[in-house]
Amino acid sequence: MKAIPRALLVVDAAAFLMLVAASVMVFAYAPIERVMGPVQKVFYFHVAAGWVGMLAFFAAVVAGVAYLISKKPIWDLVGVGSIEIGIVFMLINIITGSIWARPIWNTWWTWDPRLTTATIMELVYAAYLMLRSGIDEPERRARFGAVYAIIGFISVPLTFLSIRIFRTIHPVVVGGNDPSVDGSFSMTPAMAQTFAFSLVTFSVLFVSLLWHRIRLGQLAEKVERLKLKLVQ
Amino acid sequence: MTLTPFLKAMSAVIWKDLAAELRSRELLSAMLVFALLVIFTFNFALELNAQERSNVTAGVLWVTFTFAGTLGLNRSLAVEKDRGCLDGLLLAPVDRTAIYFGKTAANLIFMLVVAAIVLPVYSILYNTNLFLPGLLLVILLGSEGYMAVGTLLSAMSVQTRTRDILLPILLFPVILPALIAAVKASSGFLNAIPMEEIQPWLNLLLVYDVVFTAAAFMVFEFVVEE
Amino acid sequence: MPMIEVHQLVKRFGLKVVLRGLEFSVEPGEFVALLGPNGAGKTTFLRILASLSRPTLGHVSIAGYALPHHAADVRRRLGVVSHLPLLYGDLTADENLRFYGRMYGIEGLSRRITEVLEMIGLAARRRDLVRTFSRGMQQRLAIGRAILHDPDVLLLDEPHTGLDQDACNMLDEVLRAVGARGRTVVMTSHDLARAADLAQRFDVLARGTIRASTRAENLPADGLLAFYRRSLEEAVP
Repeated sequence: MKAIPRALLVVDAAAFLMLVAASVMVFAYAPIERVMGPVQKVFYFHVAAGWVGMLAFFAAVVAGVAYLISKKPIWDLVGVGSIEIGIVFMLINIITGSIWARPIWNTWWTWDPRLTTATIMELVYAAYLMLRSGIDEPERRARFGAVYAIIGFISVPLTFLSIRIFRTIHPVVVGGNDPSVDGSFSMTPAMAQTFAFSLVTFSVLFVSLLWHRIRLGQLAEKVERLKLKLVQ
Repeated sequence: MTLTPFLKAMSAVIWKDLAAELRSRELLSAMLVFALLVIFTFNFALELNAQERSNVTAGVLWVTFTFAGTLGLNRSLAVEKDRGCLDGLLLAPVDRTAIYFGKTAANLIFMLVVAAIVLPVYSILYNTNLFLPGLLLVILLGSEGYMAVGTLLSAMSVQTRTRDILLPILLFPVILPALIAAVKASSGFLNAIPMEEIQPWLNLLLVYDVVFTAAAFMVFEFVVEE
Repeated sequence: MPMIEVHQLVKRFGLKVVLRGLEFSVEPGEFVALLGPNGAGKTTFLRILASLSRPTLGHVSIAGYALPHHAADVRRRLGVVSHLPLLYGDLTADENLRFYGRMYGIEGLSRRITEVLEMIGLAARRRDLVRTFSRGMQQRLAIGRAILHDPDVLLLDEPHTGLDQDACNMLDEVLRAVGARGRTVVMTSHDLARAADLAQRFDVLARGTIRASTRAENLPADGLLAFYRRSLEEAVP
C-alpha cells in the first residue's frame, strides 16, 4: 500500500485539531443563547453537518459529470465516496436538528422545508447506494451512479421550493405550541465566529474523509487485480 | 443524412408500443386493475365521510397514479430488455433521444388512458364530478414530468439485478416536487380555490417538466450505450 | 479494401480483460465462421462489431467507417442476428418488419417486406403474431429483420441455438441465399459441422485473441474439428 501522502497527513492533523478547537469554542467560547438555552449549541455542528451533506452532493454531481465526460474511474470513486460521507453527515444533521427541535417546538419532527428536504436528500443518497449495489459490472455501475447523482441533484432544489410554497400557503407547525418561536435568533460576534469556524472545520473533515475513502477504493481495486492474477 | 429522421423514428417507437399494447392489453389492464384496487383500499383504510373526502381526493388520485405508473414503467422497459429488443432499437441508425422521446410519449399515453378510466370510476363511486378542465391540465402536466423521469430511471433499473423493486426507490424521492405540486394544484381545482393560489403550483409543475425532460434526454444515451 | 478491419482491439470489463489486442480482417463477400470455447469473448467481440459496445482500446472499422465515431453509418450497413429474437411477440411478422423498416428509413417498405418474407419462406405467416411462431420461424424472421435494409455486413451470434434439425436446415438455406448476394458474413458458432458447410473461412478465438485462421480449401485432411482442437491446445500457455 502506498504510504499516506504528506498532504493528507497534514489535512488529517488539521481536521483533528480543528475539531478539538471547534468543540472548545462551542462549549466555552460561544455564549449561551438567551431564549433557547444550552440546547442552542447543537446549532453549530448541526448546520455544519448539513453543509457537508450538501457539499458532498455537489461533489458527487461534479464527479458524475466528470466521469461521464472522461470515463476515468477515479471520478467514480470521488462520487461514491462523497455520497457515503454525505449520507452520514446528513443523518447527523437530521438527528441533531431533531434534538434541537424537541425543547424548542416540543416535537421531534416538523415538516418544515429544510428538514423535509434534508430527509429526502438522504433518501436520494440511499437510493444511489442501492442502485450501485444492484450492478455487478464496474463501468455500468459508475455510469448509472453518475446519471442518478445528476438527476437527484436537480430534484433537491425543486423539492425545497415545493415544500417552501407548501408552507407559506398552509403554514402549519405540526405539534407546535408557540408559533412565534420559529427557532431563529440573532448572533453575537462570538457566536458568528464559532459558527464560521465550525463550517470550516467540517469542510476540512470532509476533505480528509473523502481522500481516505478514495485511497480505500484504490486499494480495493488493487486487491481485485491481484486476486485475478492468482486465478489466472 | 445517415440518421433516420428524428420524428420518423420517434413516431415509429410510439406506434410500435401502442400497437403491441392494443393487442395484448397486459400493461393497461395491470395498471387499471391496480389503480382500482388502490382506490378501494383507500376507501376502507381512510373511512372517509363526504366532508373529509373533498380534502383527500387529490391525494388519493395521485398516489394511485404514482403506483400504477411504476407498474407501467416496469412492464414497458422489461419488454424491451427481455427479448433483446433494446439492442434492436440501438442497432438502428437513429438518434438515441428519439428512442427516449418515443418511449416517454408512449408511457405518457398509457398513463393518460389509465387516468381517463380512473376519473369516471372515482366520480361514480363517490358521486363527485372530477371532470374539471383545471384538473385535467394538472393530470397532463404531472404525468409528463413523472414519465420523463420515470422512463429514464426505468431504463436504468431494468439493467440491474434488483430491477422492479429498484424503480420506486429511485423514482419517488425525485418526483416528489412534481407530486406535491400536482396534489396541491388538483386539490385547488377540486375545491374551487382562487386561481392566484393555484398558480404557484402550476408554475412549479411546468418548471419541473421542462427541467427534467431536458435533463433526462441529455443523459439518456449514457444509460443505454455501453 | 477490407469490409471489416480490427486492429489491436482490447476490451476490459472493470479489471477483467476479455479481448487482448485482437486482429481481424474480412474481405467483402467472405463468409467467416468464428469458433471458440465458451467465455472466449466471441459474443463480446460481435457486440463491439455491432456497435452495441465500445472498444476499450484499438481500432474497429466497418465498410470504411470507424467505430464508435461513425456508428450511424456503420449501423445502416449492418444486420445483426443474435440468439435473442429481437422481435416483438405481440406484433405480427408484418408489423415487426414494418417497425424496423421505419426505424431504418426504408423506402418502398411494403414491397420490400413482401420480398423478404418470400426469401425467408414466411410469406404465408405474414399476419400471424410472432408469439405463435416456433423458435425456428422466429430465427428466420430475425434474419429477415436483419437484411431488410439490405446491409453489406451480416453478423450472426450462434443462430442455430435451440433449433431442431429441420429448422437448422431451413436456416442454412436462408443463410446461403443471403450470403450468395455478395454480403459479408461473420458467424459465431458451436456447431462445427454446420459452420464447415456454410463458411469459407474459419477463425478460432480463444483467450482474447484469434489463435488460428484457415480457409476451407486449406483445411487439413482430418477436418475442421481436429483443426479446432489443435488451435485450442496451442492456445493454452
